[in-house]
Amino acid sequence: MQDKLQASYKQLEMKSKYTNMFLRWFLYFALILFALYFIFPLYVMVVTSLKTMEEIRQGTLLTWPSGLNFDSWAVAWGGRGYGAGDTFLRPYFWNSFKMVIPAVFFSTFIGAMTGYVLTKWRFKGDQWVFLFLLFGCFIPFQAILLPMARTLGVLGISNSIIGLVLVHTVYGIPFTTLFFRNYYISVPTELVKAARIDGAGFFKIFFKILLPISAPIIVVTVIWQFTQIWNDFLFGSTFSFGKAAPIQVALNNMVLSSTSVKEYNVDMASAIIAGIPTLIVYVLAGKYFIRGLTSGAVKG
Amino acid sequence: MKTLRIEELSKNFGSTEVLRKINLEIDEGNFLVLLGPSGCGKSTLLNIIAGLETINEGNVHIDDYNVSKVEPKDRNIAMVFQSYALYPSMNVRENMIFGLKQAKVSKEKIEEQLEKVSRFLQVDALLERKPSQLSGGQRQRVAIGRALVREPRIFLFDEPLSNLDAKLRVEMRREIKKLHQQLKTTVVYVTHDQTEAMSLGTNIAIMNHGVIQQNDTPENIYNKPSNTFVADFIGSPSMNLIKGNLKESSNKISFIANGSNVEIPINGYNFNEKSNLNNKEVFFGIRPEHIFFKKSNESDFEITLKADLSEYIGHEQIMTFNYENQEVLAKFPSTIKIELEKNTNLFFDLTQISLFDAKTEERI
Amino acid sequence: MLKWLEKNLPKIVMAPAVGLIGWFVYGFVLWTLYISFTNSKILPKYELWGVGQYVKLWGSRKWLIAVDNLLIFTALFLIFCVVIGIILAIFLDQKIRAEGVLRTIYLYPMALSFIVTGTAWKWILNPTLGIQKMFIDWGFENFTFDWLVNREMAIYTIVIAGVWQSAGFVMALFLAGLRSVEDEIVKAAKIDGANLFTVYWKILLPMMRPVFFTSFVILVHISIKSYDLIVALTQGGPGISTTMPALYMTQTAFHKSQVGLSAASAIMMFMAVAAVIIPYLYSELRRENAR
Ligand SMILES: Nc1ncnc2c1ncn2[C@@H]1O[C@H](COP(=O)(O)OP(=O)(O)O)[C@@H](O)[C@H]1O
Ligand SMILES: [Mg+2]
Repeated sequence: MQDKLQASYKQLEMKSKYTNMFLRWFLYFALILFALYFIFPLYVMVVTSLKTMEEIRQGTLLTWPSGLNFDSWAVAWGGRGYGAGDTFLRPYFWNSFKMVIPAVFFSTFIGAMTGYVLTKWRFKGDQWVFLFLLFGCFIPFQAILLPMARTLGVLGISNSIIGLVLVHTVYGIPFTTLFFRNYYISVPTELVKAARIDGAGFFKIFFKILLPISAPIIVVTVIWQFTQIWNDFLFGSTFSFGKAAPIQVALNNMVLSSTSVKEYNVDMASAIIAGIPTLIVYVLAGKYFIRGLTSGAVKG
Repeated sequence: MKTLRIEELSKNFGSTEVLRKINLEIDEGNFLVLLGPSGCGKSTLLNIIAGLETINEGNVHIDDYNVSKVEPKDRNIAMVFQSYALYPSMNVRENMIFGLKQAKVSKEKIEEQLEKVSRFLQVDALLERKPSQLSGGQRQRVAIGRALVREPRIFLFDEPLSNLDAKLRVEMRREIKKLHQQLKTTVVYVTHDQTEAMSLGTNIAIMNHGVIQQNDTPENIYNKPSNTFVADFIGSPSMNLIKGNLKESSNKISFIANGSNVEIPINGYNFNEKSNLNNKEVFFGIRPEHIFFKKSNESDFEITLKADLSEYIGHEQIMTFNYENQEVLAKFPSTIKIELEKNTNLFFDLTQISLFDAKTEERI
Repeated sequence: MLKWLEKNLPKIVMAPAVGLIGWFVYGFVLWTLYISFTNSKILPKYELWGVGQYVKLWGSRKWLIAVDNLLIFTALFLIFCVVIGIILAIFLDQKIRAEGVLRTIYLYPMALSFIVTGTAWKWILNPTLGIQKMFIDWGFENFTFDWLVNREMAIYTIVIAGVWQSAGFVMALFLAGLRSVEDEIVKAAKIDGANLFTVYWKILLPMMRPVFFTSFVILVHISIKSYDLIVALTQGGPGISTTMPALYMTQTAFHKSQVGLSAASAIMMFMAVAAVIIPYLYSELRRENAR
């Protein structure tokens, strides 16, 4: 009797061992398959950008390039040098930086101050103010494009980088406020009360107490805003053209406007150039990027 | 046949050793409490018994079958958790019968069990509620009910009362005790609360740093702690451990505290081993409740000390005395008046003392 | 005066944010709403004209196609993103060795712009040199994959690229949700004899209801706003077969110069988003207050 039970335990043990082993193999197989699906376009972009058009016509998407040929990168970045009609990304790449840096700075700063007031200097109805701002995260920008275009015209800053800085700052505020508000709400209010008893004022409390512990949320916010603004196309394409365009607009123009023959290698090199800054940020600070995506963008 | 037998069990997480060479046995129907400070490995041990953690070395036997590699569901155990771990999306009924459904028990049998247990635990009126609509005490009952319906061989409890407030905790403790008296199922119960351990256990295993320090009846744990850790851990305030030396001459053996010249005769003490006692460095252990204000026993030893501090706590008071710069705490009824900084005559009940080797910290 | 300033300092500091959002969001939406009731063409006119623009909008074949496309896209985009996201999250939750690397791979498309994504997929899906050629070279002589230039199928290429970009995001949301569940619940389920499938299907996924809700809101929001991806991938073509409301709005406003009509379409989009967002914000706020 006892032996029999022990034997059946042995059987159970073996069975669970084999099902587990099978499950694990299946798991890794599926995960790798998915990884390949996600990697595939990036791989194709990179290898295509390193091929000549001749190689592209001969081989397939997956074919390995014959060598490290950066010609299309050079063309995408600096053009062919025949003057008018020669479109290349370099000036627009810097345009994007000139637009992103001030916009990120202003929106982050305003968001931090507003989040500070909303959590540490609470007043009657602050919940509603927050809701009022929060709704701005979700409006479809089409609903503000027309008046925005006119406003920029009236202010004389349409088709300029300053105009885009204004637009991105304004429509970034709801997100930055949300991030800071959610972060500061978990900072104990006792800290602020103690500082007030010690005689610290509004700004002193912010700069001396809250700001020094805000590094993580500043990183999250800056990365979020940087990615959003760098990747924006709608505002860029609506409010600027020609010389003042940001890189996403230039990329799109370049890909669409290739006159005679499509040069896929140059297109892919351009796409990678336009994607590299955000990819670098993602690889270096992925943790904060994900935190921004999951916690900030979600909870009200 | 032992209901549960653990032999030479070791467990590490990576390079940290969490359990070391644990040996434990429980007889049918006993209530074993695993007691120890938090982080000492109690939950890990319980999870290993349940089959929720793997083992690095050693074995677990239930009813003499080696179950070390058997899945939790096939071990015939049930477990109650500190956070209750009720399934939030299911109502009380679904929570309680989930295990039976997984085991493909017949509908009639499930209904019968559910009815019996929910009546027994007085949760029959709550069956349609979600866990979020229950109070802490009710959640705990449901969690216990979920364990009960399975009629397991062994019940495992992991700090089930820690999330309850003080008053409810005492109530639920009594209920668990009643439950055990009625069902007589074998129980392994983890806690860091000594009162809980003392009042519930038929046996207590005290753990520290992944090692079992003493596994004994509550009486022995209290009266004959096997080392200074146990002596210090059990009792509130804990046992006074006075440092000093033994002196053996002809037929007399006595203890002299460091810096003192008073010889405390300990002829009546039951030594584990009687050799090499002279000049041995020891801790003299006496519980605060075994120091009296009046002589009550012929064997009581009279000593004169000064009180430094008095803490009034209602029905009693805790006095701190200075014994040659070592603190000695004593517990008296609060009716007794003792003046601070004055010589006071105290009586040590020498039948209740413990002696520990100062080096090994083991009982001698 | 100074007293007053000091007392109201917090509100003064908050004023820029409230003022800017009040003007640039609420004011502008109201302006658009007003214009949608006028007969504005190239330049806005301010005399009211009634609901003519809305009648025109819903009578327009292009707009109806755009709405149709939006519904198809949203449904497929939602289903695929959520299913793939949940599968990835559950698989990654199994104490996987290279979890960090895999998670990075699944999520990196979120860091790219839709223009970059669209450019890449346009090349991959291109019927002459893209995937089709790859399969033909592998020996599938008759393999055709011309969705990008096929009126019926072009909308699905947008789904493919969109899912590729956003599925990782859903995975991140669900992974965070699963990780926040107390381990004791899973332990209890194992003792109750639930296998892995049951643990997820019966216990953990039902606990993820808020995450489902959040994913739903965010994905619907992305799809209603989706503009860049279509511009980069199909420009609404072939013909007008992949037009969507966002594209319709900008084309009507800036290429056809029908400001009133485009305002009406913008307001329709606004209302669609509001219908999803307002209940969401309401429930989130209630949940927060309950805490
Ligand atoms: N999964 C784990 N991985 C690494 N260390 C762990 C794990 N679980 C527990 N530990 C460590 O093992 C020790 C014992 O933990 P535990 O058994 O939970 O203690 P107790 O229940 O007595 O408080 C602790 O130091 C804890 O940090
Ligand atoms: Mg524990």
